[in-house]
Amino acid sequence: MKSRLVVRPLVGSCRYKTGVLSRRLGLRWASDTWSSGPAQKPGSDSVNFPGALNSKFTATMKFHNPAEQTAIPTYRIMDADGNIVDNTRDPQSASDEEIIGWYKNMLTVSIMDLIMFDAQRQGRTSFYMVSAGEEGIAVGSASALVPEDVCFLQYREQGVLIQRGFTLKEMMSQLFANKDDHGKGRNMPVHYGSGKLNVHTISSPLATQIPQASGAAYALKMQRLINPNVPPRIVACYFGEGAASEGDFHAALNIAATKSCPIVFVCRNNGFAISTASIEQYKGDGIASRGMGYGIDTIRVDGNDIFAVREVMLEARTRALEGDCKPILVEAMSYRVSHHSTSDDSFAYRAKREVEEWKRRDNPITRLRKWMEKKGLWDEDKEKEARASIRKEVLREFSAAEKIKKPALREMFTDVYEEITPEARSQMEQLKALIEKYPKEYDVSVHEGGLKSLE
Amino acid sequence: MLPYRRVSSIARLLKVPSQSRHASQAATGARLNKPIEYKKTPILHQSQQSARSAFDLSQDAPVDWQNLHGAINTSLHHALKTDENVLLFGEDVAFGGVFRCSKGLADEFGTGRVFNTPLSEQGIVGFAVGCAAEGMKPVAEIQFADYVYPAFDQLVNEAAKFRYREGGTGGHCGGLVVRMPCGSVGHGGLYHSQSPESLFTHVPGLRVVMPRSPSQAKGLLISSILNSNDPVIFMEPKILYRAAEEFVPRDAYTLPLDKADVLKKGKDLTVISYGQPLYLCSAAIEALEKDIKGLSIELIDLRAIYPWDRPTIMESVNKTGRAVVVHESMYNAGVGAEVAASIQEGAFLRLEAPVGRVTGWSTHPGLIYEKFNVPDVTRIYDTMKKTLEF
Repeated sequence: MKSRLVVRPLVGSCRYKTGVLSRRLGLRWASDTWSSGPAQKPGSDSVNFPGALNSKFTATMKFHNPAEQTAIPTYRIMDADGNIVDNTRDPQSASDEEIIGWYKNMLTVSIMDLIMFDAQRQGRTSFYMVSAGEEGIAVGSASALVPEDVCFLQYREQGVLIQRGFTLKEMMSQLFANKDDHGKGRNMPVHYGSGKLNVHTISSPLATQIPQASGAAYALKMQRLINPNVPPRIVACYFGEGAASEGDFHAALNIAATKSCPIVFVCRNNGFAISTASIEQYKGDGIASRGMGYGIDTIRVDGNDIFAVREVMLEARTRALEGDCKPILVEAMSYRVSHHSTSDDSFAYRAKREVEEWKRRDNPITRLRKWMEKKGLWDEDKEKEARASIRKEVLREFSAAEKIKKPALREMFTDVYEEITPEARSQMEQLKALIEKYPKEYDVSVHEGGLKSLE
Repeated sequence: MLPYRRVSSIARLLKVPSQSRHASQAATGARLNKPIEYKKTPILHQSQQSARSAFDLSQDAPVDWQNLHGAINTSLHHALKTDENVLLFGEDVAFGGVFRCSKGLADEFGTGRVFNTPLSEQGIVGFAVGCAAEGMKPVAEIQFADYVYPAFDQLVNEAAKFRYREGGTGGHCGGLVVRMPCGSVGHGGLYHSQSPESLFTHVPGLRVVMPRSPSQAKGLLISSILNSNDPVIFMEPKILYRAAEEFVPRDAYTLPLDKADVLKKGKDLTVISYGQPLYLCSAAIEALEKDIKGLSIELIDLRAIYPWDRPTIMESVNKTGRAVVVHESMYNAGVGAEVAASIQEGAFLRLEAPVGRVTGWSTHPGLIYEKFNVPDVTRIYDTMKKTLEF
């Protein structure tokens, strides 16, 4: 972009001419590094290039090869059999009741997934996406947040919503796009959102939420500066490893780092973006290795270990709010046990045996269950009872939501702008006149208020 | 030596066309295509009295002689001072901006509120959407409208649809304003000349506005930042940054974001335009009215390009029976197409001639072809004449 070549020298010349950029305490200009003193002292062992601080000279020509680096390790507290691997880190930062609550929330996600997947297969909803294998990442990380924290989701984080208090009724209202749906029937299923719970509504374009989350985090930081009585808050931003290939991921991490935003980026690395395996997605050491490049504190965690995810998220939250604030990157490893969505048959691109093996060998729900059983908190009877009652409740909300009317037709035109424009108003009238003229061609009875709502 | 040459090249980008050595130089003997005399045009408030009466101010109300970038700077200053939630950021904004619109603001309001971002348009707009979603009023700057496309997804799929998809949650990013210098500048070539407004007018949820003058920019920008709960694309014709100077009321004021402005009354023909071409229209109207005795042409500034003010346009065309739409960007699916089609629907029985369109040709803004590409006084004069003679 030519303009930038043209512009940069002006920055330098302007500084000398006008003194506009006179240094002030606490202000750090990006150019501070190169306007101070001579570029290079004789005999110095380090470089004073503005673009790389603290880089030492070397006479050895060495290309840095990522293959020579050890892969970033995966942090865990509990093994696949529910044993605590490091007894000094027993995860009792939560009460037994809370832990049972997480377990039930994971179970709820899992049971609802099965029911809704089948419902879509029967044509009762248009679409669905399950979370199988990733319940631990969602519930574990959300358990470390406070209600005031703000969440931006991708779409496979039902556990975050449930952990934050999203009800089954709200979920079903969204899935059936009925009049109680916060999204007023405008979004595809699984695009949940809640103002009350500080979870922004999910949108389909991948990774767009990541720079937005950085901006939201900056806003939270500024609001606390404006009013110190506002409690410290962070943004938790979730995305998959496929979405991390989008330009928005790059933009978001870079700006979050340069503007010191209190945000925790949570990457769910489940090995697949629809049919694309991670080996076709990137060549580096996962997503975590990129964090360092942006100057971001980073950790990789076992996503099937809810204790590890929670501990990491608690620590990340603390660090994000320390001092002038900063972003943190968490890469949570898992395996997408399910199909990508109801529109996908994943056995077209991966072996059924591999999936079955993951299901059997390791999953966040059975891992926590084993731990709870060893601790005497859980047994087969409790399991049966919990499954039965969750299933009953899901089915009850399912059939209730299915029967509720669709939102009013006028909601098609509202909320485009704060006020309905004259153009939209005229189109509402045109639509109403058309339906009145051809009443048998359209069924408006399923909509709240029928045709009247278009007045 | 090299840096100085580069500095002077950006300065050239800012020069008024009459001083430019390239595209806008008049041909020898030209009667119509003469350089626009910004110091004389009736579009700008050349006297304090004119500015005061236009804004219904008292005789002693303070007014300042300002150019466009000065007026924008004053408006940004007012917004930052009035509301702590206002943030200003983009590439090279902190030192004052490459067009000086944010001069002095980082010093006064601190780098927490007025700051540089990394060089990433999708990042700038995405970041701004997020700030707005949490109740701030971010004013994001895209250095040139030509570079807005990396942020197109964030604007079209995210900013525009944010309130709609949030629905009952009450979430929205209405505090968002995206400023971008646009339009030809005499020698901007392919990537310092574009006017992508029609790409945004196709997107419900975004407000698209373009001011024609310093006083209008002030009222519209203050409205966009402080009074609008919808995301606004605020397009600034960069050729006017230093060229258009006029008296501007000193105190803050607002202008509506959905109303056209009748600049000159007339009865025989309606000319509709926005931004810099209004000056060309004004000159062409003056020439044609001189050539045809008794002719009177109405000139309307669309001002709000979307959502736009159909009633004002329809009222005018139903009175005059003839219309010409003028804009700098391309003919194909441009704003002119929407306006002309609406006139055809809203004034069919009164139309006495096809609606004329004077626009850039359906090509790219090649460097040395600019004076043949964008509308000029001659083309506007000729189309008005043809429309009247039809």
